Amino acid sequence: MNAQMNGTNGARRSYKLMIVDDSNIMRRRIERSQTFEELELVGTAANGLEAIEMFRKMDPDVVTMDLTMPQMDGIECIENIVKLKPAVRILVISALADKATAVEAMEKGANGFLNKPFTDRQLNEAIAELIR
Amino acid sequence: MIQEQELKTFVEGTTNYFEVAAQQPASIGSPYLVTEGQPSCHEYTGVISITGKREGVVYFTAPKAMLTVLLMKMQESDFSHETMRDLVGEVANTISGNARKDFGRDFVISVPSVLAGERPEIPPAAAGTRSFVIPINWRSHSAKLIVALK
Repeated sequence: MNAQMNGTNGARRSYKLMIVDDSNIMRRRIERSQTFEELELVGTAANGLEAIEMFRKMDPDVVTMDLTMPQMDGIECIENIVKLKPAVRILVISALADKATAVEAMEKGANGFLNKPFTDRQLNEAIAELIR
Repeated sequence: MIQEQELKTFVEGTTNYFEVAAQQPASIGSPYLVTEGQPSCHEYTGVISITGKREGVVYFTAPKAMLTVLLMKMQESDFSHETMRDLVGEVANTISGNARKDFGRDFVISVPSVLAGERPEIPPAAAGTRSFVIPINWRSHSAKLIVALK
């Protein structure tokens, strides 16, 4: 993963985080609930198009991605940002609970899938899996 | 028309939403069928249009007072009109999206549209579709999930 080192000799890596969700409440919730000091929020986006623009500008290492969004949905957005940066780590956070959607998201390049609604603990476990 | 087992999917989705997102279970009343006209709504209503193998609408309608407490439980500090709209849409989206666990991916859900006011113009469900109301009681507040599927 293309992440910066904080200091030297085993210091924690720091990862740039981008949150993509059409709900303001969800964006704030994810930002507030994640407990990883090594994650630095560099941007948020409310749909796939905004996310790609933000991605180009901020070059995040980790992305949380909603799927059902206006203008461009999460699946199409995942395809696009993986092309821009194959090493990006993507956690899909979606209400869509069917297995086929999760499989499709993973095939397009997502690395994890978390269903809404979720607890803080579930969120942090899913992010830990991603940056471990 | 919707089958009993399908209705159960929405009841379970609603129960799960309050247990997880609000960290406090809701009491779900017995679902009933509205035989004439449209069910009454509260101040905020989040509407999801359903297409694909089923057609219709799913909507969650709640009073401002309930949404305010729900936001507090979520540690939100913004109680603006826009945030109420956001929340009611997100609840409708989450419960409808979760239903795909049983309905499958051909149960296609729209992004939420949100209506404010107690007499909103709900998009008409497919002709001949009747609405089932799932009553939700949470703390001292009442809300409804309404499912109208062909």
